[in-house]
Amino acid sequence: MSFLEVLYFIIPTSIAYAAPLILTAIGGVFSERSGVVNIGLEGLMVMGAFVGIVFNLAFVNVFGGWTPWIALLAAMLVAAIFSIMHAVASVSFRADQVVSGVAINMLGIAIALFSVKLMFGKGQTDFIQQKIPRINVPILQDIPIIGPMFFKSLYGTSVLAIAIAFIAWFVIYKTPFGLRLRSVGEHPMAADTMGINVSKIRYTAVIISGGLAGIGGAIYSQTMTGDFGHATINGQGFMALAAMIFGKWHPIGALGAALFFGFAQTLAISAGSIDIDFIQKIPAVYFHILPYVLTILALAGFIGKANAPKANGVPYIKGSR
Amino acid sequence: MSNRVISLLVPVISIILGLLVGAIVMLFSGYDPVNGYIALWNGIFGDSYAIGETIRQISPYILAGLAVAFAFRTGLFNIGVEGQLMVGWFTAVYVGAAFELPMIIHLPITLLAAAAAGALWGFVPGLLKATLRVHEVIVTIMMNYVALHVVNALIKTVSGGNYKTEKIQPTASLRSDFLSNLTDYSTLHYGIFVALAMVVVMWFILEKTKTGFELKSVGFNENASQYAGMNVKKNIILSMVISGAFAGLAGAMEGLGTFGSMTSQGGFTGIGFDGIAVALLGANTPLGVIFGASLFGSLKYGANNMPNAANIPLEIVSIVVALIIFFVASGYIIRVGLQRLNKKKEAK
Repeated sequence: MSFLEVLYFIIPTSIAYAAPLILTAIGGVFSERSGVVNIGLEGLMVMGAFVGIVFNLAFVNVFGGWTPWIALLAAMLVAAIFSIMHAVASVSFRADQVVSGVAINMLGIAIALFSVKLMFGKGQTDFIQQKIPRINVPILQDIPIIGPMFFKSLYGTSVLAIAIAFIAWFVIYKTPFGLRLRSVGEHPMAADTMGINVSKIRYTAVIISGGLAGIGGAIYSQTMTGDFGHATINGQGFMALAAMIFGKWHPIGALGAALFFGFAQTLAISAGSIDIDFIQKIPAVYFHILPYVLTILALAGFIGKANAPKANGVPYIKGSR
Repeated sequence: MSNRVISLLVPVISIILGLLVGAIVMLFSGYDPVNGYIALWNGIFGDSYAIGETIRQISPYILAGLAVAFAFRTGLFNIGVEGQLMVGWFTAVYVGAAFELPMIIHLPITLLAAAAAGALWGFVPGLLKATLRVHEVIVTIMMNYVALHVVNALIKTVSGGNYKTEKIQPTASLRSDFLSNLTDYSTLHYGIFVALAMVVVMWFILEKTKTGFELKSVGFNENASQYAGMNVKKNIILSMVISGAFAGLAGAMEGLGTFGSMTSQGGFTGIGFDGIAVALLGANTPLGVIFGASLFGSLKYGANNMPNAANIPLEIVSIVVALIIFFVASGYIIRVGLQRLNKKKEAK
């Protein structure tokens, strides 16, 4: 492959891998901006991936080509409902949010696998017939260089993910809800004094994070694997968490970080087949650990200071100071 | 009810609630919960073989629980036990296979190497927390994934492209013919004694040494400790290192006792994450950890009997375990409930 051909392969694949991360990371941004740590993103993604596949298998004859898209909605709904557990624990029950998140992760995979065994009598589901289709954008795909990179064999879900990143930016920074969200995450007592319902905002934020992580998981399972088993979502949720931190709790930052992590994942799986001496010589393990190492470095302040919302992880107790 | 009783009741109620919801789930998915729990019980205590295997399963849980509990006691949250366990497992197997030494030297060196590997994996988040105030939760999660990929790559390297390392030398093995014969040829090994010894070690460090006092003090109030002349940074790092060493030994249980080698891992073992639950249930005390580990070890091993004996997917136990963690985390509401109940009684 020539250098350009390599780019034509790597860039679309990177964006495809990034899409689930973008959505899930944005979900994380909502939750943590409101002051609720959400380690449970992985479990919420698992839930989404599982529901996406099951819905797709069940309704493919009803909805035909639209099935994967409606499956995304179903996954969003179920994961959003599932995330209420985390909201109840962290907001109302004043639980340690990290522990509750760990429980959500374990519960997500346990419920999904239990249901799979119940429904299919084996450890993984059947393969879906209707994956999320790749499209070629007319006219735009003919632009030299840029066309094949960004507009050929493109997933509609990638466009959706990028669009949601910008919508999230608008919501968080340009709307009254966003202002409330951020104030609750920075200084809940001040927000409460101003008449903002802290619990309500935090519940909403966690449920949004659940919905987005659900879509993220369903995109992953319906584009990458095509079935659901115990290893379908293996660390994607944590990688999204990393993207959120790497992007400094900002939607556009998270978008950029997720795109970069998608790139790293693509290199890791395709390093062997890319005919560039330099890349072939690097063992794949370095690409595998790259996102995680970078996140540690970002947190350590080597790549700009990352500041979490001030009240992140602290349950708000009315009347206490 | 005194506060002490309530603190004891919270985990007990959490376990009951977890089992109860588990039963409801079974009922709704068309299984018989009574059969299910009988199968679970028999899987744990059914015969001497099952008991042997259950105790074998408890050993790594004790150590993983100690690792989490030790960090907790000093104000740190070590979610990295999983990764520390993996590097400990690999190091144990590597040192166990690579050298030929008499057992009296080989086995201790191998155990120490595993502990050191885990300690090293704990050192990184400890150092970052102490010097740069980076939150240890995220760093340890990231270190888990680094461990997973690095260990898999190392297994491939040392085995010459295979997915499994060599078997360890018998001189580094924790296997025990005596314990095995005693329990109808189960894979029960001497690891349980290593684990119990470490329970004593943790108790001794925390309760009987100056270091332990400083560690707890820093966890309780950093500023006051600093003012009292303690080296806060050193104590944070030390805490993560000791915690990591316990986790590394948990890996050695798997490497030197149960498996004798290490296979390329498709995902996490789960022991490290369950260690969080073990520590929580045990209220982060050494003795409590034995209790928590016994419960989780039993549930995990006994679950294997559920598909055969009652035709119920063993994941039901994972659901129960996750729910128990959830309920323990939500202990606040259980406390409130208990206190209300208490007041009503007193009013009568």
